[in-house]
Amino acid sequence: MSDGTTRRLDLKGITKAFPGVLANDDVSFSVAPGEIHALLGENGAGKSTLVKMIYGIMQPDAGEIRFDGELVHVASPKAARAMGVGMVFQHFSLFEPMTVLENIALGLDEAISYADLEARIRQVLKTYNLSLDPHRTVATLSVGERQRIEIVRALLLEPRLLIMDEPTSVLTPQEVAQLFDTLRALAARGCSILYISHKLHEIVELCHSATILRGGRVVAECDPRAESSRSMAEMMIGGALKEIEKAADRSFGVERFIVGGLSLEADDAFGTSLKDISFSVRAGEIFGVAGVAGNGQNELMLALSGERSVESAGAICIDGNPVGTLDAEKRRRYGLCAVPEERNGHGAVPGFSLSDNAILTARTRKNMVRLGVIDAGVAESYTNEVIGGFAVKTTGAKAPASSLSGGNLQKFIMGREIMQAPDVLVVSQPTWGVDAGAAAAIHQELVDLAARGSAIVVISQDLDELMAISDTMAVMNEGKLSRTLAVGEASVDEIGLLMGGVHGDPDATADYTGATHAA
Amino acid sequence: MRLELVKRKQPSRPMLYLTPVFSVLLTMVVGATIFSLLGYDGPGAVWNIFFVPALDPNKWQDLGIKAAPLILIAIGLSVGFRANVWNIGAEGQYVIGGLAGTGVALATWQMEGWWILPLMCLAGVAGGMLYAAIPAFLKTKLNVNEILTSLMLTYVSVQLLYYLMRGPWKDPEGFNFPQSRMFTDSQMLPEIGNTFVHYGVPIAFIVALLAWFILSKTVFGFEIRVVGAAPNAARYGGFNRTRTIWTSLLAAGGLAGFAGILEAAGPYGQMVPQFPTGYGFTAIIVAFLGRLHPVGIMLAAIILAISYVGGEIAQSSIGLPNAASGLFQAMMLFFLLATDILVNYRVRFSGVRSGGAA
Repeated sequence: MSDGTTRRLDLKGITKAFPGVLANDDVSFSVAPGEIHALLGENGAGKSTLVKMIYGIMQPDAGEIRFDGELVHVASPKAARAMGVGMVFQHFSLFEPMTVLENIALGLDEAISYADLEARIRQVLKTYNLSLDPHRTVATLSVGERQRIEIVRALLLEPRLLIMDEPTSVLTPQEVAQLFDTLRALAARGCSILYISHKLHEIVELCHSATILRGGRVVAECDPRAESSRSMAEMMIGGALKEIEKAADRSFGVERFIVGGLSLEADDAFGTSLKDISFSVRAGEIFGVAGVAGNGQNELMLALSGERSVESAGAICIDGNPVGTLDAEKRRRYGLCAVPEERNGHGAVPGFSLSDNAILTARTRKNMVRLGVIDAGVAESYTNEVIGGFAVKTTGAKAPASSLSGGNLQKFIMGREIMQAPDVLVVSQPTWGVDAGAAAAIHQELVDLAARGSAIVVISQDLDELMAISDTMAVMNEGKLSRTLAVGEASVDEIGLLMGGVHGDPDATADYTGATHAA
Repeated sequence: MRLELVKRKQPSRPMLYLTPVFSVLLTMVVGATIFSLLGYDGPGAVWNIFFVPALDPNKWQDLGIKAAPLILIAIGLSVGFRANVWNIGAEGQYVIGGLAGTGVALATWQMEGWWILPLMCLAGVAGGMLYAAIPAFLKTKLNVNEILTSLMLTYVSVQLLYYLMRGPWKDPEGFNFPQSRMFTDSQMLPEIGNTFVHYGVPIAFIVALLAWFILSKTVFGFEIRVVGAAPNAARYGGFNRTRTIWTSLLAAGGLAGFAGILEAAGPYGQMVPQFPTGYGFTAIIVAFLGRLHPVGIMLAAIILAISYVGGEIAQSSIGLPNAASGLFQAMMLFFLLATDILVNYRVRFSGVRSGGAA
C-alpha cells in the first residue's frame, strides 16, 4: 500500500443506465497502488457493469475514470490493456484442443514469435512461482490450471490493475490458497487488484478494502479485516441475514434413494465417465456431492435425473423401484424431481412463459394433461402457486422466463420442483449466481423438504454451501465418488484432498499429505 | 463509421406479424422496379400477379386449388421447422406420395368401388412417410444432416418418376406419350357442386385447423416447441429428441405425400412427368411467411397461390417470362428474412472507435 496521494484507479460519479434499469448510479471509489480492493454486492448490484466500464467493454453515461491520476476514456478492452488494465473473467475463453501457448498467443494484441512468447511466459511463471506447462493441451488441464492460463495471459502485459471476476468459484481450497499467494505477490509488486466475489470469508482473508454495491449504488466502504462475513453480508443485502433453521434432533428414516455400481461412458471427448458410483440417501437426509467442476458431476446429474438412462435398471432405485433405464418423465412418476445447474435452456426455456415452463416438468405430477391435451388453466394456477409460495418477483404466469433475474428464475425452478412434493430431489448448484437473500431462501426450502421426509442430493462446487445444508457428503474426483462422510466430522482440508488436492501439482499434494500425516 | 447489429432485448410482437405483410409490399415495389428496368410494364406485372387473381372472382376457384397442396405441405414442414428439423425435401415426398397413390390406381384399374380413392390416399400418405423416413433414419442413426439428404432425395424421386413414366407405368394406349393411364371415376377426387374445386381443397383447410389444435393444445405440440427452442430442456422435461425427429419428419412426409395424391387424383387425373411443379419448395416460403402458424400458413398459401395464378395471367397479358412468378416468390422469402433481421436486431451506426469489444 502506498501513501495514496496518486490513486491507481479513481472513479467519480459513474452512472450507467440500461432500458428500464439504472445499473450504476453515481458510483465513486478509488483503489491505491498495490491495494487489493474487493467489490462486493448481490447479483444485479451493478458489479459487472462497473467492471465492464473500467475494462472498456462499455462506456459510462456520466462520470469520470482516472487512472494514475489521469482522466481517461477507455474506448475498448484493447485500450484498457494498453493502459495497463488486465482482467480475468469468471468464464474462461480457451480453446480446449489447443495448447496453453497457442491459447495465450491468440489472446495477445501484438504478434510475437512462439519462442519469445514461451520465454516470457516462463519468466512470468517463475516470478510468481506458478506451475504450468506451456505445451500441454488445455483439454487435459484442471480448472485451476486453466485459470492460471488466464492469469498468465493478463500478467504478460505487466498490468498495473488486475480485475478478477469471481475467481475462486471453481477452485479447490488448496488451489484457492495458491491463487491468494499469487495475488499477494502481485500486490506486493505494486499492482492493484480489483477483486469481485461473493465469498465473504475470502475477502476477509485477502482484501485490504472493500466497496459494497447495492442496487447500483455504493452503500458502504469498509476494511474487511475489521468486519465479519456476516456484517458484510448484511451490508450487501441491506438487512439481517437469516440463519438456516435445522432441527437439531432430526433423524433419518429408511433408505429411499439407492445408487449402486453406476457407471456411464461420457458422451463426448471432453466429458468424464462415471465409474462405479454407489451411495444411498435416507428419508430426511441431505446428501452433498462436492468436487471441482468437470469431475463427472454433470454426467452424474444427467444419470440421476434420467436425462441419460443407464444400462442397468437396478443401478438407481427409488423406494425399491429400479428406474435406471427410465427417462426423466417416467422417473418423475416414481417421485424423482431434479434441478439442473444451468437455468437458461435446461432448467427452463427462456422464450416460454412461466406457465409453459411449469408444464415442462410438472405436467404429470400435477395432472395438467388429459388425453394428450394440456389444460392451460391447471398449469396457470400451479404456476401462480409457485410464484406465491416462493416469492418469485415477476409480472405473472404469462411472463417469459427470460424476463426474470437469475435468482428469481432459480427460485421459480426450485419451487416448481419442490411443490411437486418429490420423494427424491436431485439438485445441481442450487444457488449458482443467486444473491444471498435468495440463496438463503433456497437453502431453507431444501432443509424443510428433507424435514418432510424426502431424500435430497445436492451437487455443488461450493463447499460452504454443502457444509451448511447437508447431513452427509462425498466428493467426486475423475468420475469416482469417495466414501460418504458425515458433515460434522469432515474437515475442509480433508475434503480438499479428496477433491484432488492441488491440481496439476503433485509435489504440493505430496507435501500436504505428508504434513497431515505428520500432524 | 461502422454498421453494427445489436440484438433487441425482446422483438416487438406486432412487428413479428407485420413483417410478412411488409415483405409482400417490398416485393411488389422492387418487382415493379426490376421489371420496368428490364423493359416490361413493371407496375402492370405487379398488378397482374398480385391483384388481378385476388380481385377476379373467376380466379378464386383456381386460387383454392393452388393453395390446397401448399397448405398441406407447409403445415407438415412447419411441425419440423418448429423442432429445428429442416426437411427441405417435401417436393420429393410429394412426388413419391403421388406415385404411391398412382400405383394403387393402376393396380385397381377397371375396378370400381368407394374404397379405391381412400386406399389411394392412404398409399399417398404412406409413400410420403416412407420417403421422409430415409432422412429420419440417417439423421437419428448416423447423424447425417437432414437438409442434404432430404434435398438430394428429391432429385432421386424425380428420376424414379421419369423412369416409371417412360417404362413400366406408361399408358399402353397412350400413343407412346410418357404418362400413366387416365384415372377412372372411382380414382378421381369428385368436384364440389358445379365448381371445378375438388374435395382436396376443403380437406387442406380442415387439416390446417386440426394442426392448429394439435400444435397449440396438446403435449405433442408442446414437445415440438420445446425440442426446437431448447433441446436440453426438452430432455430434462422427458421428451425424446429422436422421437421428435421421427414424428416431425413423418408428419411432413405424410402430408406432402397426401398433397401429392390429391393433386394426382384431382387436377391431373393421371401421373405425368410434369407432376413436380415446385409446390414442395414453395411450401417452405409459405411456412415461413405464415410464421409456422397454421392460420398464418393458410393466409400465406393464398398469397403464394395468387402469385402462381397471377404469373400465368401476366405471361399471356404482358408477356412476362414463365420464371417471373418464381422470382416474385423468392423475393418474398428474401424480404421476409431481411425484415426478420430488423425485428430481432437493431442497426447501430457506431462512430470512430478504436478496437472492438471483447
